[in-house]
Amino acid sequence: MPSSKFKECVDDTALRGLRPGARRILERRAKKSVRWFSSKFRSAVDRSFAPADTVGALRGVRDRAGQNRPGLELTLTERAARFSANWDLLGRALALLCLALSPLACGAPSSAQRRAEVVIGIPLEPPNLDPTAGAAAAIDEVVYANVFEGLTRIGPDGAVAPALAKSWSVSADGLVYEFELGAGVVFHDGTSFDADDVVFSFERARAPDSTNAQRGYFEPIESIEKLDVDRVRIRLKRPSSAFLFNLGQGDAVIVAPESAATNATNPVGTGPFRFAKWRRGDQIELERFDRYWGEAPKIARAIFQILSDPSAAAAALLAGDIDAFPNFPAPEIVAAFEANQRFAVVKGTTEGETILAVNNGRKPFDDLRVRRALCHAIDRRALIDTVGFGYGTPIGSHFAPHNPDYVDLTHVCPYDPARARALLAEAGLGGGFTAKLMLPPPGYARRGGEFVAAALGAVGVKCEIVNLEWAQWLKQVFADKDYDLTIVSHTEPMDIDIYARDDYYFQYRDEVFRALYARIVAATDPAERSRLLKEAQRKIAEDAVNVFLLEAPKIGVWNARLKGLWANSPIQANDVTGVYWSQGDD
Amino acid sequence: MSRSPGLLVGAGLTLFFALLALASLLWTPFDPTAFDVPARLQAPSAAHWFGTDHFGRDVLSNVMAGARTSISVAIVAVGLGMAIGVPFGLFAAAAGGAVDEWAMRASDIVFAFPALILAILLTAVLGPGALNAVIAIGVFNAPVFARLARGSALSLWRREFVLAARVAGKGRARISVEHILPNIGDLVIVQGTIQFSLGVLAEAGLSYVGLGAAPPTPSWGRMLAESQTIAAIAPWTAIFPGLAIVLCVLGLNLLGDGLRDAFDPKLRARR
Amino acid sequence: MTRAGAIASYAGRRFLSLALTLLAASVVIFVLLQIAPGDPAAYMMGLNADPRALEALRAELGLAGPPVERYLNWIGGVLRGDFGVSYTYRAPVSSLIAERLAVSGPLALLALALAVGVGLPLGAVAAARRGGPLDALIMAATQIGLAVPNFWFAILLVFVFSIVLGWASAGGFPGWDAGVLPALRSLLLPALVLALPQAAILARVMRSALIDAQGRQYMLTARAKGLSESEALRRHAFRNALIPALTIIGLQFSFLVAGGVIIENVFYLPGLGRLVFQAITQRDLIVVQGVVLVLVLIVVTVNFLVDIAYAVVDPRLRRPA
Repeated sequence: MPSSKFKECVDDTALRGLRPGARRILERRAKKSVRWFSSKFRSAVDRSFAPADTVGALRGVRDRAGQNRPGLELTLTERAARFSANWDLLGRALALLCLALSPLACGAPSSAQRRAEVVIGIPLEPPNLDPTAGAAAAIDEVVYANVFEGLTRIGPDGAVAPALAKSWSVSADGLVYEFELGAGVVFHDGTSFDADDVVFSFERARAPDSTNAQRGYFEPIESIEKLDVDRVRIRLKRPSSAFLFNLGQGDAVIVAPESAATNATNPVGTGPFRFAKWRRGDQIELERFDRYWGEAPKIARAIFQILSDPSAAAAALLAGDIDAFPNFPAPEIVAAFEANQRFAVVKGTTEGETILAVNNGRKPFDDLRVRRALCHAIDRRALIDTVGFGYGTPIGSHFAPHNPDYVDLTHVCPYDPARARALLAEAGLGGGFTAKLMLPPPGYARRGGEFVAAALGAVGVKCEIVNLEWAQWLKQVFADKDYDLTIVSHTEPMDIDIYARDDYYFQYRDEVFRALYARIVAATDPAERSRLLKEAQRKIAEDAVNVFLLEAPKIGVWNARLKGLWANSPIQANDVTGVYWSQGDD
Repeated sequence: MSRSPGLLVGAGLTLFFALLALASLLWTPFDPTAFDVPARLQAPSAAHWFGTDHFGRDVLSNVMAGARTSISVAIVAVGLGMAIGVPFGLFAAAAGGAVDEWAMRASDIVFAFPALILAILLTAVLGPGALNAVIAIGVFNAPVFARLARGSALSLWRREFVLAARVAGKGRARISVEHILPNIGDLVIVQGTIQFSLGVLAEAGLSYVGLGAAPPTPSWGRMLAESQTIAAIAPWTAIFPGLAIVLCVLGLNLLGDGLRDAFDPKLRARR
Repeated sequence: MTRAGAIASYAGRRFLSLALTLLAASVVIFVLLQIAPGDPAAYMMGLNADPRALEALRAELGLAGPPVERYLNWIGGVLRGDFGVSYTYRAPVSSLIAERLAVSGPLALLALALAVGVGLPLGAVAAARRGGPLDALIMAATQIGLAVPNFWFAILLVFVFSIVLGWASAGGFPGWDAGVLPALRSLLLPALVLALPQAAILARVMRSALIDAQGRQYMLTARAKGLSESEALRRHAFRNALIPALTIIGLQFSFLVAGGVIIENVFYLPGLGRLVFQAITQRDLIVVQGVVLVLVLIVVTVNFLVDIAYAVVDPRLRRPA
């Protein structure tokens, strides 16, 4: 295979892994002699410029292999290799710069420090650090499981696991939950954790003046009572199959009455890391909490570096400024990392159903034929190739493909522009019409919007693109429903319930589906629930409520020696409690 | 010293881009908005002189069509600035006294605002789009023209031909229109050329941050923004739109300077 | 009136107009933000927010109540040095601004230093070699400097200096506590980008001011005294030409503090421009108001100082307008 060939090629030129080595050498020898430096520096610089040959060699590989496999994939890979050769140069050059400047306090931390900490890149800065008072995913991406814990938690596989509650029992009718709390748990400020904190946290979250964005999670609760210091009983108004899962979400973490008011800027939880400092606009630092009740994390410090610009994120990874970018925002650059053995590129799943949402409440989109026409007009595969640079999974309904209850419904509405045109003609819109396509800021929406506009234009639906900021999108599209089409990723896990909601922004009002969803919520038998969930997926696919485009990919890029980061994103979190550095040679 | 080479180069470049923009109305090598997925990210070749972008769109066609967007946004924005600023300045000069003082304070306030940040704010209020980019750029052009018009008008008010007109019983408004305006026309045009070049830069900047013309309307600034992450694997997507901006602005600057020298021989020595 | 008295009274008048400008600016900015669509509470609570939680948050943020009252509360606080508390960060706006100024301020100064260090000598050389090939070369270079869009130049610089040559970091800011040198190094490329058009402007202004001065009476006198052309230039023309250059430099500083929005994004620097850009998109209105007011304050203060400096130098300006 050509790709392995060129990897060997990269190996041969010894491009791989030079930077960390160089860095260590520099630290050991920095004190020795300035003259040694200058000679070493010069020869290293000479070597740095050698990879021009690498590019030539790579081209050779391409030319030879290209005869069998011409085409895009190969040229992309080749470009990626050249790119990574360049980037590797950057890393080496930076190391050399450190080499030259280390007596002058260059930023590079010593290797001992390096092993004890991890620097994680995140695309958005959290507005504050209180997961119970804001919906921003960026909050959970820093504090979930690291700083704050709930009674239950969501594991890397998306399953509910015990956390602050070491066990629980559920009554046969599914209405009474009894939780047994762990012992020896303390908050970071030294106050102890007990049943009172649980009662306080949930009462606060469901109070009328609560600012919890997911107050709905607590709505089924009838009452919460403390049975003992370490036992809590929760009664529900009606059975809720999602209750334990919801208790494991960031919005349901346990906070202490003493610190609840100031968690936004100084979060105090029970997790294995405690908040250390926050340089706004730049980074947030967590440090190991020595009195943690569970297993102590292997790393002493976790730093979350905010990098909103994808090219800046790539540069920071290659320069070694950050160790990992668990949710890399720019698939177009990922190929370059795949070609570089210093990095692990981990493709995982998310809960992000990316859809072309259709305003079902507006003419002509209230007509099923029109909605189906939209869906037949879009080639999901080409969309994924151009917008996602090949990353992403096509979906045919609003459900995550990795979920055990998923059914593949992409065949319900395949790419068929002729059929789309016929359906539009049937609906009396053969002459075409104009629709407003509102796009929020993320790259998938803006780029996807251009693709969708071109695809719909080809069947006679002229799209007028309106780019919006999130604040405008929330008001105009989400709250006021003043739109025809929009592209957005629904990132909440198990959120098919939005199709049963009153007055939700795509205005799907279907009594059959609502009844179906009520049965799902009430279902206590797993087999029955699974069957109903599949039926629900089919129902919205057949009604073509929205055009279901793709399941957003989770592309994690990190240092190949860094272990223990989650591959998938069952919830939006960067759990660093299990992260460690493998003992590599370099 | 003769400045005519600058004027010639400037006029040539400006004419070139104007023709490019006009030509793009009738013909571009490819449809600038048409996707060609299999042909994406191709390096410059005989078929695609400037290569293709991530959707397989022809970069040359987009640069041509982008000239149209940049030039029309800048022309309308500068026109708007002139339409507000020149009458404002003439009025302030004609009224004099406290009115003049207040008018200039008002323009001071607009000057004191950080222009780019206010433009971003304006588009946040009005929503993004070519029209709102025009308004945002136009608003910041207005005080420039107001000051220019006022300053030159004030000196003209002391001239004999204006005094003669006043003696003849003409009103201040009429004098402003009949005698002052024709005499400051050349200055306004020279300044307009300079503002035009700044307008092209501003349009590129606003489009770059996503506040300019909405896609699929081609725009140089947005081409640069979109190409930023792929610049390392497809440098042509970043180089050609950037060069287009540089050359277009350069041409307009040279033209403006050349015109100023041509109109005002006294200044020729200095600028 | 004594000279000092005249200057003081002039300064008093200018100060009054400064205060009025600020007040008017605060009203303009407040009104603009009131019309901006979007609700900071909705932004913070996200897609599945509970409507009652939204209401509660709005009340908590002080977004309820008539606009006039909210304006008076805000401006009253500002006068006491309290810019309010950021809606999203939940931290005092004044400390947010101070943190960011610690990046944007030095960045602007560094850019200005580069612009002055490059622009003035180039302008002087061009003036001295007026009409020669060097003059033509320098003037051509300044034309290009004016024409290059700064974000494009930034991308090119990162590509050349960070990726290919590896002489500078691609971005980021290690913080001043990491040491002065690494911090300055991370500001170097962005400062270079910001300095380019400013250096071009300064070179042009310097050149024309020097050429202007060459034709003046005092130069004739100086030459008549027997000074050589270059000596005359250095002793008399240069000093006089510095005055217009200083005005421009004053304007440039205030422009640079705010002008880095796009550049701060390219180099991911936590500066004032990025703070306000982010605050606008998140509808963190109170931060936007505070930052813009501070920026306006910087502009009018610098203008004020330049005017006063003028008045000290040039007595004609002290007369009432």
